[in-house]
Amino acid sequence: MQRGKQTWWFENRPVIVGTATVVGPDEGEGPLAADFDLIHPELDMQQKSWEKAERLLLEQASDLALKNASMTKEQLEFFVGGDLMNQIISNTFAARTLGVPYLGVFGACSTSMESLAIASLIVNSGAGKSVLAGTCSHNCTAEKQFRYPTEYGSQKPPTAQYTITGAGAAVVAPAGIGPVVECATIGRIVDLGITDPFNMGAAMAPAAVDTIQMHLTDTGRSPGDYDLIVTGDLATVGHGIAADLLKRNGVPMEQTQFKDCGLMIYDVDKQKVQAGGSGCACSAVVTYGHLLKRVQSGELKRILVVATGALLSPLSFQQGETIPCIAHAVSIEQSGVYA
Amino acid sequence: MSSKSARREGFKKMTMSPKEYQAFAKTREPSRSVLSNCVRAFLVGGFICLIGQGIQEFFMHAFKMPVDKAANPTVAVLILISVILTCLGVYDKIAQWAGAGTAVPVTGFANSMCSAALEHRSEGLVLGVGANMFKLAGSVIVFGTVAAFFVGLAHLILGTGGQP
Repeated sequence: MQRGKQTWWFENRPVIVGTATVVGPDEGEGPLAADFDLIHPELDMQQKSWEKAERLLLEQASDLALKNASMTKEQLEFFVGGDLMNQIISNTFAARTLGVPYLGVFGACSTSMESLAIASLIVNSGAGKSVLAGTCSHNCTAEKQFRYPTEYGSQKPPTAQYTITGAGAAVVAPAGIGPVVECATIGRIVDLGITDPFNMGAAMAPAAVDTIQMHLTDTGRSPGDYDLIVTGDLATVGHGIAADLLKRNGVPMEQTQFKDCGLMIYDVDKQKVQAGGSGCACSAVVTYGHLLKRVQSGELKRILVVATGALLSPLSFQQGETIPCIAHAVSIEQSGVYA
Repeated sequence: MSSKSARREGFKKMTMSPKEYQAFAKTREPSRSVLSNCVRAFLVGGFICLIGQGIQEFFMHAFKMPVDKAANPTVAVLILISVILTCLGVYDKIAQWAGAGTAVPVTGFANSMCSAALEHRSEGLVLGVGANMFKLAGSVIVFGTVAAFFVGLAHLILGTGGQP
């Protein structure tokens, strides 16, 4: 079960039997638009508050994931999820709608893989037969809580990232058709003293590097064992730094493709998103919408998703604290290929 | 197969100290052109002032107001324009391009209050709009008042300025 220091090996091979992704207008104009289940043309989604809109995204993603898994709400046993809002309200209210036993988790933007790892652990251990892992973020709720009012005219630096509006959900079960969750490496907090909340890529890069190296050490693998290693939301600045750090530490990343969800979801040159995308939904919608479809079709045999999170609060950075960061890695492979 | 290709020697641990890393990360930040930002701020800020001057001239000529009396309705009109642009969701887009050009004039102050009021409308009129409207503008007022106090003090000590 435990392999090495930080890795959970899922020997019973839990399967992602259904996923769904719902996104907002900017993501719908991005290069991955065709891979999403539902695209909202408006940011407010006809809701009375941004928070209600974010919740709606997750409710819709959960419903669609169950539908794609050919499952009813009654068949769902557990729900694991989290988001960026204070007291993870989006997930809590979505869990109220779902009405199933719920574990709320917080890993900022790493929540996607944190919740998937926990869901897979539950299924692998036999503690549950159908577990939903979900997460969501909304550009305007994140702006409102962490930065300034959405309509406030402040100039963002080029290192800033654009929080994704969207939600992703995945149903994990002991058997079925779909990609297999092979193992997960739980990250530890890495904080190298970056204090600028407008440069979270640079803050999170060392955490991603730490988790990737720990994963390779724990599993005895090299990057070439993956068709793709993808970080969550390091964006232009952070992803470049992570690639350099890995090279410096002697990790042969040239054996594989090394990408970043925050750079895949938008056309960074054309869309006004500064350094790239971020937010809980970033790695969730890219993985559940885009990447798993490639895994299922066999285009990618095995991928490592390293979701990165900056665990700051508006209070902590105003008090001058540095940004503690984390990254959780989950290895997903095509079923039957390596079994 | 895959697991057989495992590396034999370990990877280097993170060898940078936080200080070294911060310096390294600093070098990776894309540079912000101070010059083009200044030029944009000058152009947009100047243009807003030009509009203000135009409005003031209008009040002076159309309503035969003296210069000092025309200033008040001029500011009110500028605030109104800023609030309308904020409500239409345009002001923040202009600001991303213009930087300080839209932040410094009175329109920036109006935008900071209007955007906060809009954002917190969902929390109600009292605890939302009322309590949050000065969230950003509050510090401008506080430090503006403090600065005015010290300037006044300096005038008093030096015996300069002030009206009889």
